[in-house]
Amino acid sequence: MRHISWRATGLTSVAASATLLLAACGGGTIDDETKANESKAGGAGECGEINMAVNPWVGYEASAYVVGRVASEQLGCKVNYKNLKEDVSWQGFGTGEVDVVIEDWGHPDLEKKFFAEEGDGSAMDAGPNGNVGIIGWYVPPWLAEEHPDILEHENLNKYAEQFATSESGGKGQFLGADPSYVQFDEAIISNLGLDFKVVFSGSEAATITAFQQAEKNKEFLIGYFYEPQWLFAEVPLEKVALPPYEDGCQDDPAKVACDYPETDLKKIVSTSWEEEGGSGVDLVKGFTWTNDDQNQVAKYISEDGMKPEDAADKWIADNQDKVDAWLE
Amino acid sequence: MSVATEKETAAATSAESALSVRNLWKIFGPRADRIIGTPDAQLSRAELKAKTGCVAGVKDVSFEVAPGEVFVVMGLSGSGKSTLVRCLTRLIEPTAGSVLIDGIDVTTASDAQLRDLRRNRVSMVFQHFGLLPHRQVIDNIAYGLEIRGMKKKERRAKAEEVVSLVGLDGFSHSYPDQLSGGMQQRVGLARALAGDPSILLFDEPFSALDPLIRRDMQNEVIRLHRDLRKTMVFITHDLQEALKLGDRILIMRDGEIVQIGRPDEVVGAPVDDYVRDFVSEVPRSHVLTLKWVMREPRPDDSMDGPVMSCDTIVRQAAKAALASEHPVRVVEGDRVIGIVDDDAILRVVVAEEEAHQ
Amino acid sequence: MSATLTPPAAAPPTPDQPGRDGPGRSIASIPRWAWALGVVVLWVGIWALTKGTDTLALAGREHTDVQTSLGRFRDDVLAGRADNPVIQLTYDLGAWFTSVVDWLQRMLSVPDFPRPVPQVGWLGVTAVATWVGLAVAGWRIAVLVAASFVSFGVFGYWSEAIDLLIVTFVAVGVSVLIGMPLAVLVGTGNRAVNAVTNTVLDIFQTMPTFVYLLPIVLFFGIGAAGAVVCTLVYALPPIIRIAGHGIRNVSTTTIEATDSAGQTWWQRLTKVQLPMARKTIVVGLNQTIMAALSMATIASYVDGPGLGQPVLDALVKNDVGGAFVPGALIVVMAVMLDRSTTAASEYSEMAARGGLDLRLRRIVLAAAAVPVLVALHLSRTYPWAAELDDPGWTPKVADAVDGFFEWFTDTFRDATQAFKDLVSAVLLNPLQSLLSESPWWLAGGAILALAFVVGGLRAVAPTVVCLGGLLYFGLWHDAMVTLNMTLVGTVLVMLLAVVLGVAMARSRAVDVVLRPTLDAGQTIPPFVYLIPVLALFGPTRFTAIVAGVVYAAPVAIKLVADGVRAVSPSTIEAGRSTGSTRWQEIVKVQLPMARASLVLAANQGLLYVLAMAVIGGLVGAGALGYDVVLGFARSEEWGKGAAAGISIVLLGIMVDRIARAAAHRSGAPAAR
Repeated sequence: MRHISWRATGLTSVAASATLLLAACGGGTIDDETKANESKAGGAGECGEINMAVNPWVGYEASAYVVGRVASEQLGCKVNYKNLKEDVSWQGFGTGEVDVVIEDWGHPDLEKKFFAEEGDGSAMDAGPNGNVGIIGWYVPPWLAEEHPDILEHENLNKYAEQFATSESGGKGQFLGADPSYVQFDEAIISNLGLDFKVVFSGSEAATITAFQQAEKNKEFLIGYFYEPQWLFAEVPLEKVALPPYEDGCQDDPAKVACDYPETDLKKIVSTSWEEEGGSGVDLVKGFTWTNDDQNQVAKYISEDGMKPEDAADKWIADNQDKVDAWLE
Repeated sequence: MSVATEKETAAATSAESALSVRNLWKIFGPRADRIIGTPDAQLSRAELKAKTGCVAGVKDVSFEVAPGEVFVVMGLSGSGKSTLVRCLTRLIEPTAGSVLIDGIDVTTASDAQLRDLRRNRVSMVFQHFGLLPHRQVIDNIAYGLEIRGMKKKERRAKAEEVVSLVGLDGFSHSYPDQLSGGMQQRVGLARALAGDPSILLFDEPFSALDPLIRRDMQNEVIRLHRDLRKTMVFITHDLQEALKLGDRILIMRDGEIVQIGRPDEVVGAPVDDYVRDFVSEVPRSHVLTLKWVMREPRPDDSMDGPVMSCDTIVRQAAKAALASEHPVRVVEGDRVIGIVDDDAILRVVVAEEEAHQ
Repeated sequence: MSATLTPPAAAPPTPDQPGRDGPGRSIASIPRWAWALGVVVLWVGIWALTKGTDTLALAGREHTDVQTSLGRFRDDVLAGRADNPVIQLTYDLGAWFTSVVDWLQRMLSVPDFPRPVPQVGWLGVTAVATWVGLAVAGWRIAVLVAASFVSFGVFGYWSEAIDLLIVTFVAVGVSVLIGMPLAVLVGTGNRAVNAVTNTVLDIFQTMPTFVYLLPIVLFFGIGAAGAVVCTLVYALPPIIRIAGHGIRNVSTTTIEATDSAGQTWWQRLTKVQLPMARKTIVVGLNQTIMAALSMATIASYVDGPGLGQPVLDALVKNDVGGAFVPGALIVVMAVMLDRSTTAASEYSEMAARGGLDLRLRRIVLAAAAVPVLVALHLSRTYPWAAELDDPGWTPKVADAVDGFFEWFTDTFRDATQAFKDLVSAVLLNPLQSLLSESPWWLAGGAILALAFVVGGLRAVAPTVVCLGGLLYFGLWHDAMVTLNMTLVGTVLVMLLAVVLGVAMARSRAVDVVLRPTLDAGQTIPPFVYLIPVLALFGPTRFTAIVAGVVYAAPVAIKLVADGVRAVSPSTIEAGRSTGSTRWQEIVKVQLPMARASLVLAANQGLLYVLAMAVIGGLVGAGALGYDVVLGFARSEEWGKGAAAGISIVLLGIMVDRIARAAAHRSGAPAAR
């Protein structure tokens, strides 16, 4: 054992000396880069820091990194990305740990706690980000193709038996969603007289896997889903028509019998950060893009396996005109 | 095996006692202290347990140990002997009574006084050795010195002296688990001796050892006692061991004292059937002194026989007595107090042979 | 949990005697199982008549008053955080954790601006870590450490891996600072102290992380601080429990012997108890490190730095391969830390006992320090030594893993679906129907009666308290559904444990092959295998059970293997001498004699399955797990989530206490 240690030590020393020699011939050093960074830091501008919450879904990631990369590369801001769930992000506004939530799907309860009207005023609405959230009932494409009438809610009972699983107790299974979303599916089902039972998937990952498998294996599946979402690039789910949304039809949760409304997704920012002002604040306020834009970047990330930074840079390079509009 | 003759009979009086135990009680169980002084205290163990749920470990025990004496406490397992010895230095807190060591009242001592007593005056040797497995022999021996705050060099030097005293030369830097049981107990012995205490307590120290090693260790204790003359309290369940080592023996049963006496007294004059039964298998010739077999001198006795002290053990007297034509004259001081003839000797020795066949 | 360390000694098989305090007392001739059967028959009878009434089912977004007030309490704390002195204090503490982690990160893992790289680069960190491995645990561990660190680098997760190490070590450091004094208290305290700490630790260990994640963030802040604190909460119990156990079990003779030498309390602690319990304390430390690592992925939900981030990132994209590589690196790190701490303990013992040539060792270490210093210097000077070029292996591995799982799911999906349907139909659904469709008073009464039958009087009080708690927190129906899944999961765990445990105990080859797999099963974050399992079984209760089984089976298998192996060879020899077949030997000798281990394995298995209830909520199992996930996801549901978390704790404690009472009655040593 000792002999081996000796030999190992000897080898390491030889290797180290060799690398030292090689290094002497090598190119630039870290000190050079440090100096370069220091001089660059001198002209950083007045943007300062942005603490960008990154909520856990790919579309959000796309928006956050596009805004973040514009801020850091074009305005010289220091951007800190923080991977957080929505609730935690909102808690961070008051402590300065979070400045921006770039895509909010509507959290009345959180608004009550953190907006100025009723809560502590640590957060504020920074306007819509241009994306429109569409929530509804979806089926895999093969099902829509094979049984087109399934896209009308009136015909669902006809197929209820085929939707049954080990979890649905003899009825058809309706796959409920990640609990993060507002859902009225139980009420809709009972008020439309559908012979279905809601089984909650519990997470987006579970829902997506279920749809992927259903499409691949030609299985019956219906569930709660939403756009924009990267899955549509891979499995273009079809939306089932429910009685259309009208103002007030979802006011009483127990009596809901209509479709979900389209949601204008919005930006939420920290009040104190907004008050400080600066080019970063202007960028976030000016940011707006379409569902297609977001889907494009989301595809780079989820389908093509690019890092979010690289995906964002690629889109920015292709769409500098849109970026310029935000910066005006 | 000439120990018995060298034994000093200790006429212990409380004033000069090394250890004095008075009315010591230990009752295990809830609110045990309330039992003492009530009629319940007189109940037998089983009755007390049934009535109060308490168990009497030690019941009203009193005795004195003289300086330099080897005092053996003997009893079967469950007799309370181990509890008794632990009460002496309050490893188990006694319920009532007092213990005086070198005149210091242990039972009322403060924590600091008690620590001082344990560090400087009393050491103990345990049945299962209780060594520290993570320390070398030398540091185990020096442990008592270490916790007194002695410097490392000094305490190691001192421990090294004790190492040779107990025959551990060459093992100083071994670890306990590298030693045999007998050697481990030598370490335990050395640890107890290292602090140069005035009293050594032994709690069945050799019970876990093989018979041959046990005999060696007993001789070791006898030798150490001869050389160091420490007061010793020795707990054992082995009557042979008790008789071999003890100047006096305390026999316990169910927490109570049954008999206290010299070995020959216990064998020669058991106080009840319990003790009698106990000592029935003992080779009496090894224990009884001439005092126990002699008869009154008669005018017609020959005055030519050998003279022997009344403390001489029968077996040792046998050869000389049988070789002589004349009966042995037994003396106490200068006075002849009895006569032992061949018949008397043979009665003891032969009876034994028969019993053993 | 200490369960993994000390298999109870094999107990001789005792005939089923009705205990003194059990129902068998008066009618001694009726065996216990008959009583249990009677209770079940009666239960089914009444259930048939009352089915579906008083089930206390609570719809998706409804709350009871208790749940609402829990939520309101949280809101009040949140609203008053600006001038709440406690929060100010904890926030300062959190800021301190953040600054420590941040400093270490800038030293080791992230660019320390204006430097483009950390102060010490890749080569330097690897060299120093290897040298430390050499110094504390010998050359084998040095090789293992070097290989592990290189793997972090070449797979492109260098900074995440080092971040994870930093968070783990800061959390473990604080755990030791807090845990060791408490371990001493547990080890030296009386029974009352122990009973209290045990219950508190049970709560710590069974309370789902999602429940306290938000409050911790509220008190300590987002990011490293929150990550360190929630890791700490989870990692603290093992060291307290195991080290306390070690201190308490130091030989009483030695304590007495050294007491009799007149030592003070402090001397006894530092010179006798701690050194003698050292091995057990190291095991406790080891388990604490493992627990800390397994928290890594969850802490990423609050922006805790580390390898959990890429795992969660991949989960968002349903990218199995992408989650696999960082997940596997967590396993690599776990194995590295596990083997290093164990080896370091043995090595230091060997060194202390003179088993090593200390002079030679010093020379070797000094010589090895030279290249380490060179590497340090290089990594501070040249970019190539500071940052490893990504050789692009990760995507290839990820693709291969993806391909494998796709093939696997396509090939076996029909079989797994059929198996799922079968288990659901014959086991899961009938039992669930009985448990959750019974009126609450019937299910509760039946559980209490069964607890009394198997555990005697001793089991009654905790069962009553826990059932009462479940009623109070208003999630009775969900609790029954979760209990059902937990029971079925435990049955599967025990099937695996008995089959594989016996195989491991009887064959060294099986042991050698299985053990690393079991280690991986215990440390790999469930998020890594969730998607393949989902693909195989769909979003169902069964998927949740599978996740629970993957997590719980390793512990149970190891316990059973150790228990069977501990059966005395002379007993087996005696059995063989009577001419028993191999089957008879297993069934009539080894398993009955390892009964205590089986009981312990079932108990631990059940608690581990229960611990995964929340993961179950993420994959379509509903019930308490879903309530917790819901509470974590939506602020207005936090009260309900907290109530669900407490209900999980109550279920865990109830089952554990019943099992302990049963073990106590049958004379087997109690679990833990």
